[in-house]
Amino acid sequence: MPILIELFLTFAKIGLFTFGGGYAMLSIIENICVERKNWITHDEMMNITVIAESTPGPIAINCATYVGYKKAKLPGAILATLGVTIPSFVIIFVISVFLEGFLEITWIANAFKGIKIAVGILILDAAIRMIRKMQKKALQTGILLASFALIMLINVLKLHLSSIVVMLAAALVSVAFFLAEKARRKEGKA
Amino acid sequence: MIFLDLLIGFLEVGLFSFGGAYAAIPLIRDVVLAHGWLDDEMLSYMIAVSESTPGPIMVNLATYVGSNKGGLAGALIATTVVMLPAFLFILFVMAFSKSLVKNPYLQAALRGLKPCVIGVILATGVYMIIGNCYVMTKSSVDFTAVLITCFLALIYFGSRKVIKKGLSPIGLICIAALVGLSVYGI
Repeated sequence: MPILIELFLTFAKIGLFTFGGGYAMLSIIENICVERKNWITHDEMMNITVIAESTPGPIAINCATYVGYKKAKLPGAILATLGVTIPSFVIIFVISVFLEGFLEITWIANAFKGIKIAVGILILDAAIRMIRKMQKKALQTGILLASFALIMLINVLKLHLSSIVVMLAAALVSVAFFLAEKARRKEGKA
Repeated sequence: MIFLDLLIGFLEVGLFSFGGAYAAIPLIRDVVLAHGWLDDEMLSYMIAVSESTPGPIMVNLATYVGSNKGGLAGALIATTVVMLPAFLFILFVMAFSKSLVKNPYLQAALRGLKPCVIGVILATGVYMIIGNCYVMTKSSVDFTAVLITCFLALIYFGSRKVIKKGLSPIGLICIAALVGLSVYGI
């Protein structure tokens, strides 16, 4: 099979059969691309994870682009990325046409009232998992608490301020601390 | 114009969602609430649908909002721009400099960005739970919702003590649907 078609089909299969997105996909991508197809090595997979954590966007897209580019340059990157996206695009597009009609059916609306409550718990759980894994230095803990307080305030007071502003501020504070630390070290040496 | 709004809105999401699907949810919430595209209730439904269907959650949400507001063209635009930054960043890193991500300034910025993202996700989760349990328009507590929240949290977090990996998100969504059916249906 030509590599371009194989890339597309393999990533379409990954896109079609992995639920939950993100980190759930990583282990399946590793299984297929490292162990079965030998497209990339274990070290490269580790490297992708690091790059994915330092760049924005869906992790599955990062992986598909990386593997596709490595195997067949730009055309490979495009086809692998399309492959991982197209299945869910088609499924959600079909759902989007029918969902609002479905929600008018009483028993489905009732089920979704329960589901809505589960979603809040899932988001809280995602945050708790991330807190467990993060480095707990003073600066990081401070930024976490400050952003939590700010976003709660924005929500409660219904302010029109995007979380992006808070994120940019946090990045700037951290870079400022990094520069201050660097300057202090230089002084120490001199 | 709706197509331009979708393009800018989801490009923002694609550019700033560091840390996976759940990091994108507060950003998507900002965009859809600011434009009045979805309310918190509909957004929760869609998050559940995105968790229960295959593929990246961010892509699923972009496709849904795009399709809902601008049909097939809207879905194509929102989905393309939400993944474009990720695609271009990886291409750039692969083609030019694999050590780019090791740049000390970038890493310093990320050290600030990551705890902030966690704070934003935490606040969004807490606020959504409060929003479920407290009816703002009536200033009254919805005790049924409080009970369901406690019940589901107990099952979800408690399951980890019983089975090794605990209940999966889809498992929790299924149980929540059954609870909703029986509590609100009767």
